Amino acid sequence: MSSSIDAFAAEPMQSPAEDEAQHTVQGRSPVRLAWERLKRDRMAIISLFVIAGLFLFAFAGAPILEAITGHDPNTQYRETGLTEDGLPVGPNSEFWLGTDDLGRDLLVRIAYGARVSLLIGVVVTLFALVIGTVIGIIAGYYGGKTDTFISRVIDVMLGFPFLVTAIAFVAIFQPSAWITALVILLFVWAPVARIVRGQVLSLREREFIEAGHSLGANDTRIMFVDVLPNLVGPVIVYGTLLIPQVIVLESTLSFLGLGVVPPAATLGQILGDVQNHSLYTVAPWMLYFPMLVLLLTTLAFNLLGDGLRDAFDPGSERTMAK
Amino acid sequence: MLRFLTRRILFGLLVLWIIATAVFFLFYIAGPGDPARLFAGRQATEETVAAVRRQLGLDRPLYEQYWDYLTGLFHWPPDLGTSFINQEPVLNTIIHRLPVSISIALGAAVLWLLIGIPIGILAATRPRSVADRSATVIALAGLSMPTFVLGMLLFNFFFYQLTKAGYPIFPANGYVPLLENPFQWARHLLLAWLTLALVFAATYSRLTRGSLLEVLGEDYIRTARSKGLAERTVVFRHGLRSALTPIVTLFGLDLGALLGGTIVTEKIFGLPGLGALAVQSVFTQDLPVIMGTVLVAAFFVVVANIVVDMTYALLDPRVRLT
Repeated sequence: MSSSIDAFAAEPMQSPAEDEAQHTVQGRSPVRLAWERLKRDRMAIISLFVIAGLFLFAFAGAPILEAITGHDPNTQYRETGLTEDGLPVGPNSEFWLGTDDLGRDLLVRIAYGARVSLLIGVVVTLFALVIGTVIGIIAGYYGGKTDTFISRVIDVMLGFPFLVTAIAFVAIFQPSAWITALVILLFVWAPVARIVRGQVLSLREREFIEAGHSLGANDTRIMFVDVLPNLVGPVIVYGTLLIPQVIVLESTLSFLGLGVVPPAATLGQILGDVQNHSLYTVAPWMLYFPMLVLLLTTLAFNLLGDGLRDAFDPGSERTMAK
Repeated sequence: MLRFLTRRILFGLLVLWIIATAVFFLFYIAGPGDPARLFAGRQATEETVAAVRRQLGLDRPLYEQYWDYLTGLFHWPPDLGTSFINQEPVLNTIIHRLPVSISIALGAAVLWLLIGIPIGILAATRPRSVADRSATVIALAGLSMPTFVLGMLLFNFFFYQLTKAGYPIFPANGYVPLLENPFQWARHLLLAWLTLALVFAATYSRLTRGSLLEVLGEDYIRTARSKGLAERTVVFRHGLRSALTPIVTLFGLDLGALLGGTIVTEKIFGLPGLGALAVQSVFTQDLPVIMGTVLVAAFFVVVANIVVDMTYALLDPRVRLT
């Protein structure tokens, strides 16, 4: 049976390979080591370039495209951007990706929309990582009642149905980019904290922590000078995988008309327009182009995150499977 | 077992109480407008608004209203208040829409288990094979796909393009009760099921693969193999049983979250479920209905959590509930 042999052979490979790697490149930091491994992962490097390209498109490209086409993202070009029947026009030499239902330039709007998505994705993720890491370290390091309390709070947070609660929040505070970011943040720090807590639980039993204690270091110092650097790997990996999740949540809220408010463009909102005004067959460019940018973004971050996980944790299955 | 159950139910009630309290005070203190004015309508005179306020008991102290709301929840049938828009009891509206959301969630769940778990088993029993690699890539693409994007794509191809081509196989919207016409019921729901199933199947195939691969490396599996059991028996009887534990956990939580309303899917496929109700009531500022939908959604999540914990003990004999 070939499958049983495979499963067997796969098992004992991991630790010798790791030891060897540490032996030959001794003295380099884990981040450096991970970077060396990542460079050999073709999919991850391609994703890195795609992500760089998307940032360039959204941040440098948006104003440049605006200047070249002469189209403001929010101006409605009723004369040239709509047909005589008031329908959006398809891609042409003036509107490279066509226009939307109000005669606005789709390309410029997609570029600015990608900017909103990336900005919210990165900023919310950064905040979630900081909050989640601090809370996770505290729970894992102190243990006992502190841990029980924090873990219960995390349980409650993870128990909330996201969209319904987000909708309730939006109903109370009125939709805006800020509320969107805050609502998402409210939910996504919890899994970070849970992961960090788990790591810290095992880290605090290690010898170097004991060494810290015997040298007279206080808790804060041990938590943030001794424990924290050991969390860099998992936090970077989880952060990279969190960005596309945040972007999906943001675009979903915008799609429902409960996220970033018009006239500011977002990818989800352009797609929401297609749905609300049944433009599927009338203006398919409004469907496919924003979708493409959105999928490219989430896929690139997920692939990079996958690659990073392998790079930081060489014993993990995908590396083995090569 | 009984003690465990009691404790879990008490914790579940605590969670629901926290949510009810948070929702109540957020709406009545931080809410966007005066509930009495919302109820009375925009054109109402000051006297009418005052009368409505008295009639609804909104002129009483907040803690009294809170107490009434809370005790109302513990009546049988529970009193969730009255809609501002159509003056119907919120509970009736929710019960009326519940079958739609349950149909969507259960149908999708059956499909994603049927798709996700076999793919995961296939990949885990043949690690490194072409099938395994393809499954990994497809799963990653699925994970990067926001539900609303997949829903829009399916809606576009199976409704718009097919209808345009002269094959109106799928309806644009609407719901037909199962007992009225099972065929029409499935026909109206199939695209919604597919949307959710494909998105979730990605996670489940990955999880099944990872979990099964881990279990197949354990000692007792080697024992099972060495006593000459058929590979099929080893994988399905011995391996799958303990590999299923994390899948059951995730399944319970996912199903619980979906039962409370599948907001995006209901919107795209025009299905009048709880999710659609939540969105609609946000736009009409119908506070009691929003609060009701949040509580019902949270209720499903809490119940799902309890059921998941109990299933643990059934699947994994090592788990003892205390």
